[in-house]
Amino acid sequence: MNGITHFSQVWSHRTPRARLALWVGWAALVALFVWCWQLMTANTIWFFVQDAPRQAADIGSRMMPPRWSYLPELWAPLWDTINIATLGTLGGVIMAVPVAFLAARNTTPSARILRPFALFVIVTSRSINSLIWALLLVAIIGPGLLAGIVAIALRSIGFVGKLLYEAIEETDARQIEAVAATGASGAQVLSYGIVPQIMPAFWGITVFRWDINIRESTILGLVGAGGIGLKLQASLNTLAWSQVTVILLLILATVVLSEWVSARMRHAII
Amino acid sequence: MLHLEGLSKTYKTGDAALRDVTLTVPEGQIMGLIGPSGAGKSTLIRCINRLVEPTAGKVMLGDVDLVRLGKADLRRQRRRIGMIFQEYALVERLTVMENVLSGRLGYVPFWRSFLRKYPATDIQNAFRLLDRVGLMDKADNRADALSGGQRQRVGIARALAQEPELLLVDEPTASLDPKTSRQIMRLLTEICAERGLPAIVNIHDVPLAQQFMQRIVGLRAGRVVFDGTPDELTHDALTTIYGEEDWNAMRAGDDEQAKAEADARDRIAALAQ
Repeated sequence: MNGITHFSQVWSHRTPRARLALWVGWAALVALFVWCWQLMTANTIWFFVQDAPRQAADIGSRMMPPRWSYLPELWAPLWDTINIATLGTLGGVIMAVPVAFLAARNTTPSARILRPFALFVIVTSRSINSLIWALLLVAIIGPGLLAGIVAIALRSIGFVGKLLYEAIEETDARQIEAVAATGASGAQVLSYGIVPQIMPAFWGITVFRWDINIRESTILGLVGAGGIGLKLQASLNTLAWSQVTVILLLILATVVLSEWVSARMRHAII
Repeated sequence: MLHLEGLSKTYKTGDAALRDVTLTVPEGQIMGLIGPSGAGKSTLIRCINRLVEPTAGKVMLGDVDLVRLGKADLRRQRRRIGMIFQEYALVERLTVMENVLSGRLGYVPFWRSFLRKYPATDIQNAFRLLDRVGLMDKADNRADALSGGQRQRVGIARALAQEPELLLVDEPTASLDPKTSRQIMRLLTEICAERGLPAIVNIHDVPLAQQFMQRIVGLRAGRVVFDGTPDELTHDALTTIYGEEDWNAMRAGDDEQAKAEADARDRIAALAQ
């Protein structure tokens, strides 16, 4: 019909140049791995490593059996830990919502000044671990629950802010356009066009962050920011290994429970 | 009622979507806007309520030039213009009633809309509109639970809730099957006739335009190349708008499809007995 009678049997997914680059890339990765391995072995004191199984067995034997009589002392700090996580999440979300609206390309009032500022806030919050936030805050506002709550809140801004602003940017522009076309004001466009679209994401992110914060707040006590971590630190310092076991098992149970709650809540929302 | 004068739009990319369009739509007229994809139909409609900012020209709605308005005045004027969208553009996660009431957003203060405390007259009117479009029993359903035809009915009710003086309708049937398309077009034209409401309807489907429109304007590359009654839309006129194509064969094709559909319907009806 169109004059072509011979069709090639050869077709390749990548150009020869791309194939070569791929091979070079893999070879470089392998070389990097070998080099890192050598560096690691050179800096390891093998005497301690050889000793590891015996040490582990030793600590293990001290950890067992768990000292269950210690459990009643842990309920109050555990309650503190859950409060740190919950109030911290609440505070973080309250601060993250305006930041997210400033950072989202389609809602930011000024793309030149406020958007980079909001993105900077998000990056700062995300790049500093909550343990480090807690260290700083214990120094600033003193040891205790408040330092833990603020640390969790500051750490949550970045996480919630980033996921929320991505959700805002992914909203359906046609729905927003339709609301604007009725003569709605800016605030009305926000509450009718955008908010309903991001609500599932908002609740999903919040519950997910709360779940993460339960886990993070269990260790904040290590630096003096309250909660069950304080007890952990005290037990580690006195080499009370059978108490450490009880604390670790309690943390495990709490985390499992919080994961279950968050999974159920997210399921109910979506 | 609506008068466009020398309306032009050039996008930042340099594409001239509209070139010097001058049109008048009198009271109560339903005008179809046809043309190939990219001819500027959507841009024309969106330049009227300034969802797209025109680069030059005037948009006179009554004696107000919409192009010159500031933000607050534009919002006030947008209340006079109802818009119906191709893929319905309902707020999917809100209920049917909330979507219809959102047509009142330009009239109520923020706190009322936020708390969903609309004035009683607005609510009564919303129910009346839902009854008119045949969705009285769906008021509390979420918009995303409706079928395409039902969603477009909600879209129509929302636009009418504004008590508009002009309807802009962007491809109302592009996502609907042929039968539902005709039902929606019939509903639209009836409502416009009841209220003496002028409308501009972007439409892809030429036979549908000829069946329902009082006047047809053809756009090609941003210019008006045809303006007349459906009867005047001849083979030559279609060629001017869309380019060379065997229009009679396409019309024969439409007939054939209609026959095939009728045939399929009969057979299904026979099976159902």
